[in-house]
Amino acid sequence: MRRVEPVTALIGPLALVGLTALLGTATSLSTRTYFITALINVAIVVALYLFIGNSGVLSFGHISFVAVGAWTAGVLAVPAAPKAAIMPGLAHLLRTTTVGNVPSLAIAAGVGGIYALVVGLPLMRLSGLTAGIATFAILEITHNILRYWEKIGPQLNAFSSVPATTGLLQAGVGAAIAVVIAFAYQRTRFGRLLRAARDDVAAARAVGISIYRQRLVAFALSGALAGLAGGLYIHLEPLGVEDLYLDLTFITLAMLVIGGANSLLGAVVGALAVSGVNYSLANAENGGFLQHYPGTHLVVVGAFMAIVLVARPSGLTGGRELSVPRLQSDKVEP
Amino acid sequence: MIAGLTVDWQTVTDAVALGAIYALMAVGIGLVFGVLRLVNFAYGQLIMAGAFALALAGEWNWPVWGGILLCFAVVLVLSLLMDRLVFRPLRTESPAVMLVATFAVAFLLQSIALLKFGGLGRTALSLASLERPVTIAGVDIRKITIVAVAATVVCLVTLLVILERTEVGLHMRAAAMDFRTARLLGVRASRVIGGAVLISGFLAAVAAIMLTVEETSQVTPAFGLDDTIIVLAGVVVGGLNRLLPATLGGFAIGFAYGFLGGALSSNQSQYLPSFVFGAVIVVLVLRPGGLFTRHGQGAIERV
Repeated sequence: MRRVEPVTALIGPLALVGLTALLGTATSLSTRTYFITALINVAIVVALYLFIGNSGVLSFGHISFVAVGAWTAGVLAVPAAPKAAIMPGLAHLLRTTTVGNVPSLAIAAGVGGIYALVVGLPLMRLSGLTAGIATFAILEITHNILRYWEKIGPQLNAFSSVPATTGLLQAGVGAAIAVVIAFAYQRTRFGRLLRAARDDVAAARAVGISIYRQRLVAFALSGALAGLAGGLYIHLEPLGVEDLYLDLTFITLAMLVIGGANSLLGAVVGALAVSGVNYSLANAENGGFLQHYPGTHLVVVGAFMAIVLVARPSGLTGGRELSVPRLQSDKVEP
Repeated sequence: MIAGLTVDWQTVTDAVALGAIYALMAVGIGLVFGVLRLVNFAYGQLIMAGAFALALAGEWNWPVWGGILLCFAVVLVLSLLMDRLVFRPLRTESPAVMLVATFAVAFLLQSIALLKFGGLGRTALSLASLERPVTIAGVDIRKITIVAVAATVVCLVTLLVILERTEVGLHMRAAAMDFRTARLLGVRASRVIGGAVLISGFLAAVAAIMLTVEETSQVTPAFGLDDTIIVLAGVVVGGLNRLLPATLGGFAIGFAYGFLGGALSSNQSQYLPSFVFGAVIVVLVLRPGGLFTRHGQGAIERV
């Protein structure tokens, strides 16, 4: 039985976020984008963690909530003048509404959460691999609709003219909000019931926990965080629908597992470690020791992820928070 | 919504061919799942590697059979390497860790292909003659349709014979049912897993050759990826725990994809993935154990 984490367990993840943001201020403008992206990755992976880590159910669908959040914030934040030119087919309400930076992020989180709730209503009845494939189906459907439906966005074109408001401060605050919400959630009754159900389904059922309802709450909340992360992302750079699809799904899931899917610290460490390796290698290609080997950084990142998974399957943090005894991981035959 | 549906025999035969290829891939994925409880997401990258082998052999002016041999060799070696370097060390880990590890392998192979061959990739034209149609009873049928169906039938029958009539097949079936008990009774784990991985790789190579003709001769680093995702959905819809339902699921989703893709007008077929995956969700919610499994046979969360 796991005790509730002391509040001090929040210090580690928050310190890492703060440190990343601080380090970013000391770098040049072009390098800073890497730090900002790393912080957005933290927000996405923490959103993933809130659901996957607490429920033990894999989800491949969270990037669709990121995409929906990005679309929401993007469509709402593009100024009225270029909007008609970029997205001529936009629905009337969206064409005539323009909101500021913070409201666009809040609405993105709201829409992400509501979308996850609606999707979760049928899906959270499933478990195991079936649930995984069903969430994958959501990713496919969302990607397909965002790509072709001109009433809600720019289709295949990248979003342009979205005010670039996501700097280190905004990304850092966003990531910190995600960390605090995820931490607060796992200390609530909901979070503890869901973790109990993850660790022992039969016992949880026997004491009357509705696993369906607990999973749904976590799914909707993590959908909201993913939506927020999407909003932050679209305010950083012009994204297209392909940027919010399979590759991002793979990378963020790998970040979570590499860090250690059972702890909040693991989510943050995994996101920062993989981002760090990725960007330092990408940097090395631009004039560093890899400059004669363009494109190699993806290969090295892939190899890095595979090696960490094989060598340390329970992740870099081994599922530990700072100073909390380690959970036993479920071993499955063979 | 499906008002503009136009059906002709060509659409149907093309859909059958795609269904046959997807059925092969479904068997390849289902076989490994049976013994390892591992969904190999990197299966699509095996197919991609095989297709690149075929394309390169064509560029080097190798004879057709040489290209096919190279394709088999590359895919089989990669399969064994994957088993050795990734599956084997992770065999006792949770399914989630193994699945994400295959993601990492998929990502790795795809970025190697991107680095080596670029985003546009290569073209595999050595078997393009199979594109030509033959006329049977007034219907133009592409040769690849016949070849794909024949190859699938041959592969599946051979596999059935291996599973039912040989010792390693018996071991595989036993391992798929209850791995631990099978080991206690003297089944050697690495042999069974190695066998399953090899057969699965063999089927991936066949699928790779067929797909370069049936779908597109343009071999890119993303070749086979979409197909694998669709097949995975089909396998789970059919019922992952047993081979026959999984195969039927693969065929069904391939047929549905090919049929609707050919029959719908283009402004409807752009939403085809939404239709198909929407249907997948409906089936999964209504019958979580699989469409083609008998009641109570599906995957239940183990307690």
